[in-house]
Amino acid sequence: MAGIWVHGELAADGSLAKLSTEVATLARSLAGESGGAEVTGIVIGADPAGGAAELARFVPRVLVVTEPSTVDHAAGTIVAQRLAALIEERDPDIVLAGAGPEGRDLAGALSALTGRGVLANAIALRGSPDGPIATHSVFGGKLITESALTGGRGIVTVRPNAVTAEAADSPGSIETVAPAGELTQPAVPIIDRIEAQGAAASIDDARIIVAGGRGVGGPEGFGLIADLAEALGGAVGATRAAVDSGWIPYSQQIGQTGKIVKPQLYLAMGISGAIQHKVGMQTASTIIAVNRDPDAPIADFADMVVVGDLVEVGQAILAQLRERSG
Amino acid sequence: MRIVVLTKPVPDPASGGERLGADGRLDRTNSPAVVNGNDEYVLEKALKLVEAAGEGEVILLTMAPATAPETMRKALAMGATRGVLVTDPPIGGSCTVATTRILAAALKTLEFDLVLAGVDTSDGGAGVVAPGVAALAGLPYLSYAASIEPDAAAGKVRVNRITPSGYDVLEAPMPALISGTQALGEPRYPSLKGIMAARNKEITTLTLADLGIDAGTVGTAGATTKVVDSRAPEPRAATRVVREEPDEAARQVVALLAERRLI
Ligand SMILES: Cc1cc2nc3c(=O)[nH]c(=O)nc-3n(C[C@H](O)[C@H](O)[C@H](O)COP(=O)(O)OP(=O)(O)OC[C@H]3O[C@@H](n4cnc5c(N)ncnc54)[C@H](O)[C@@H]3O)c2cc1C
Repeated sequence: MAGIWVHGELAADGSLAKLSTEVATLARSLAGESGGAEVTGIVIGADPAGGAAELARFVPRVLVVTEPSTVDHAAGTIVAQRLAALIEERDPDIVLAGAGPEGRDLAGALSALTGRGVLANAIALRGSPDGPIATHSVFGGKLITESALTGGRGIVTVRPNAVTAEAADSPGSIETVAPAGELTQPAVPIIDRIEAQGAAASIDDARIIVAGGRGVGGPEGFGLIADLAEALGGAVGATRAAVDSGWIPYSQQIGQTGKIVKPQLYLAMGISGAIQHKVGMQTASTIIAVNRDPDAPIADFADMVVVGDLVEVGQAILAQLRERSG
Repeated sequence: MRIVVLTKPVPDPASGGERLGADGRLDRTNSPAVVNGNDEYVLEKALKLVEAAGEGEVILLTMAPATAPETMRKALAMGATRGVLVTDPPIGGSCTVATTRILAAALKTLEFDLVLAGVDTSDGGAGVVAPGVAALAGLPYLSYAASIEPDAAAGKVRVNRITPSGYDVLEAPMPALISGTQALGEPRYPSLKGIMAARNKEITTLTLADLGIDAGTVGTAGATTKVVDSRAPEPRAATRVVREEPDEAARQVVALLAERRLI
């Protein structure tokens, strides 16, 4: 059955990834612009029921595949094989997935197994007579491109915060299916899951990020950054300089070799705004920087730059935020 | 220990010179090429692993235009043993599907214990080539590595894969394909000796014919995606510079947050 498929990504605890709810919302608007194509959610996992029910709030129909091996094996390649088999049987035009690590691993294997092309890291997606047109921010945000899939068919990975997730008017149906075929790719066992101590809130899809750079001065300095993030209901981000210094884990790094984020607010504390950092955060809706150097590169693209010491200004902001919520 | 490192020359992100040509493809003439940042991290790891093993080689595998050896020499100067370059004019404009097929075919010509790749590139950034190559080559795929620990005697490799809350410890038999991140460690600077030695290191060239791939199925001719339009991004609003004392500056920050409904 032709149409638009949405991969429902499952977190380790079996819940549906927030990113998938955004992708599903985007799929519905894409369908509206594509002559009312049918939207189908696909959930594949060891215990997919919860994730499927959640995805069904967003799409008219969800197909569920129970795949026990994902419980203790790296999921991407396994899910890609099951999805490839379903695609073979039902021939959808478009498969949408999130552009996070899981979605990329899946999309890469799926593309190789099916020969279908990938439009990666879409920040927007619209329908056209020639199939979906994806918008991308490239070259560190210097250029916006629009790209199409040859023949209007293929895979699209979508970045977090492309749209705000919105449930459909009525929940969709859920149907269990069993794609044919064996798993032939080598499965990679997960022999242990390690929870990092004091793991910070994820920056991937955070609405608000307070980020610290070298100017923060040390691990203690990140206490103030974390307090600000908490007061604003946001997550803590960092530059590579702060990560390399060991003040904060790599998972919080934003930039070329860290994560690319698109929050509503980016509060940059003691960050110069080097190009490799800028590429990771410049599409934030509002950027506010605190820096004692008025000529730091970040002053060229922030909405507001406070020239001053980050501890003094940060503490004053924190005090006023706490007073407000008081 | 034999390790193949997938290495892509990319326009230097720091140069500010990246742009598209009239054909909607990357114009490589306008900015100097460097080794992709994430590829340098895995290359560093590969060098360390071979050094620790006391024997073996690090082979660069690159699919790129004929000018690539210039960039590959930088990676050879860091200590890689030799390079293999897949280059052929029809490859230009290849999408990720063709790139994946070409790299997987080139891997077949090599012997290795591990294949390492950066998790993504600074120019394309799709992050789909490494899992695709693993699938086509039928290799175990371990991604987003923060550590890589091979056990040559047992013929296995262990990887800490970065997850939202920490790590998954993955284990697979070798040969395997691993995509890696900056968490693997800072790449070394080439020494003068390394730079000198790199000049004489071997770079073998492979063509599509060598790999048995039909030129019509790759490059622009076989592309599964196409750039149809491009434009400059909306300029950001002018920056407001606040130079008041901390309390007053903070008031202005909080006022802006309130105005934009962020608090
Ligand atoms: C291949 C490669 C990949 C890279 N990837 C990334 C990446 O993913 N992410 C990333 O962030 N970087 C990346 N970098 C590094 C990047 O080039 C910069 O070095 C880094 O972003 C700088 O971090 P910073 O702004 O914290 O430090 P700095 O550039 O040192 O800036 C510190 C700023 O803090 C200000 N400051 C200092 N003290 C105070 C104070 N008390 N109060 C107020 N302001 C103060 C200073 O005026 C200065 O502007 C990469 C580099 C390379 C080569």
